[in-house]
Amino acid sequence: MHIIDPHTHMSARTTDDYEAMAAAGVVAVIEPAFWLGQPRTSVGTFQDYYASLVGWERFRAAQFGIRHYCTIGLNSKEANNEPLAEEVLEILPLFLAKEGVVAVGEIGFDDMTATEEKMFRAQLELAKEVELPVMVHTPHRNKKQGTLRSMEICEEHGLPPHMVVIDHNNEETVQSVLDRGFWAAFTIYPKTKMGNERMVEVVRNFGSERIIVDSSADWGVSDPLAVPKTARLMLERGIAQEDVELTCYQNALSAYGQSGQFNESDWLNPAAIDQRNLFEGNSVLRGQTPRVDEPNESEIIT
Amino acid sequence: MSATPSDCLSKWVSQSVPADAFAWLEEQRAATAAGETKPFYLAFGLTARKLGKADLSLSTADLEEADTARSGWNPANWSIDQAARTLLVLALPIEDFAHYLKTLDRLFAAAEVGELVALYQALPLLPSPLAHQNRAAEGIRTNMKSVFCAVAHHNPYPSEQLDENAWNQMILKCLFVGVKLDPVIGLDQRANANLASMLLDYAHERWAANRDISPELWRMIGPYAAETQNGKAMEDLNKLLKEGRELEQQAAILALRSCQADEAQAILQGHPKWASAAEAKAFTWSSIAAAS
Repeated sequence: MHIIDPHTHMSARTTDDYEAMAAAGVVAVIEPAFWLGQPRTSVGTFQDYYASLVGWERFRAAQFGIRHYCTIGLNSKEANNEPLAEEVLEILPLFLAKEGVVAVGEIGFDDMTATEEKMFRAQLELAKEVELPVMVHTPHRNKKQGTLRSMEICEEHGLPPHMVVIDHNNEETVQSVLDRGFWAAFTIYPKTKMGNERMVEVVRNFGSERIIVDSSADWGVSDPLAVPKTARLMLERGIAQEDVELTCYQNALSAYGQSGQFNESDWLNPAAIDQRNLFEGNSVLRGQTPRVDEPNESEIIT
Repeated sequence: MSATPSDCLSKWVSQSVPADAFAWLEEQRAATAAGETKPFYLAFGLTARKLGKADLSLSTADLEEADTARSGWNPANWSIDQAARTLLVLALPIEDFAHYLKTLDRLFAAAEVGELVALYQALPLLPSPLAHQNRAAEGIRTNMKSVFCAVAHHNPYPSEQLDENAWNQMILKCLFVGVKLDPVIGLDQRANANLASMLLDYAHERWAANRDISPELWRMIGPYAAETQNGKAMEDLNKLLKEGRELEQQAAILALRSCQADEAQAILQGHPKWASAAEAKAFTWSSIAAAS
């Protein structure tokens, strides 16, 4: 079965992770622009980061047969430095039209400050202008309020819910997100967000329509195989194959495919120029054949 | 007056895309030529969406026209979006040259993989080629193989503009990252003694580590085989003829044929079958590159 991980910060991961993901069936990943664990202090570092998302990282993924896409945006954690945030907003248009940019994101709230809200709103307007979907990061603290507020603001700006993915949901938020017509993504992240046994039950209880599974793997303790492991666990625990395919592949494709930049043919039947630019050579492997291991870790993520 | 590269590109793109898409491109070129940077940056990013990225699929006649428009220019592998991006870059006004360079720098700094390939392949078409030497060197330094190849392959810029050290580094890097030498333009004209010596060291390093060596390496050593490291190269070629794989034997024959020294001719006389096969072009550097 093909898998998409529609939220994973591959810049922070190793080549071992790429190998393992490819071996586990991951064909495409989306890397949302986020912070680096500490705040940046100048617009130049944002610019180079965005450039690496559309350049080097895309190429690096291709060495392992994985197609890499990204979202571009000013994340909430770094939105509070207002003078810098204004500068970052100015350079976003330079990147939003790039190939492989599938959404504006991840944007939204962290501390739910007035400055975060201002930057969130400005970027929602930008998303409308460039006709891209939006990936909304919901806060770790005060999640329920933060999720509701994020959806209200999207609605105020007239964004149709089918163009917005609300990410990092849990059992407490999912119903309201689905009721209002948004996509509901779940992050399988050890300890702090969802475990995959809980995810199985979410799909059992809420179905597979508009529900998306991702890993948000990054520089913290996280699991780049969270989506394939969850897919396998769902099948083991009696979720229908069709529902697994929707939540671990097709829904992400449908949601981010609205950008026009995310098509199944990219990996099933790539254009000749992409084959030359993105499927040839292997400078990362330096001539070695990728090592393919059978995943032998525990499949349960708590 | 013969057609310029812009004329050629414009014709090929217009033949490959619907009229409304081409009209969009013409509009963006005009805005770019008028010195408006915002529509230029935006259009540069949007070309693939507006025009698609199918191959241009140029005919032999097209490629001849390209070579007439700009000697050594070979857009055989170009795609439609790449051609359109090049048209936009060629439309930039150059009267204020410092501003022009700044615009290009900004474009490179924010470019994605496909855009970088287009930009580096466009280098030989840009005005004032000397102004882009550092840029080309940066392209050679990249770790993205497709971007490296955009500079090194089918591109007359390096052989025309790079100094000997930068040129030699590029050739060595081709071998090091495992890309072919044959598509490098000006390869034989820019063979030099320092390069031959560097490559011989590289060959011995590889042998010491039990690694393969591309037979194409000997192409650059051949003309300097007699003087490189006091005849060590000549010994290696002789050894390859006796013990090498078939492609290596072919490479050794071609290398010796490019060497003026009597010693090389004497070795060739000991292998009349190989030498006459080479004479009859039963194998060439291109066939060796294709097979290796």
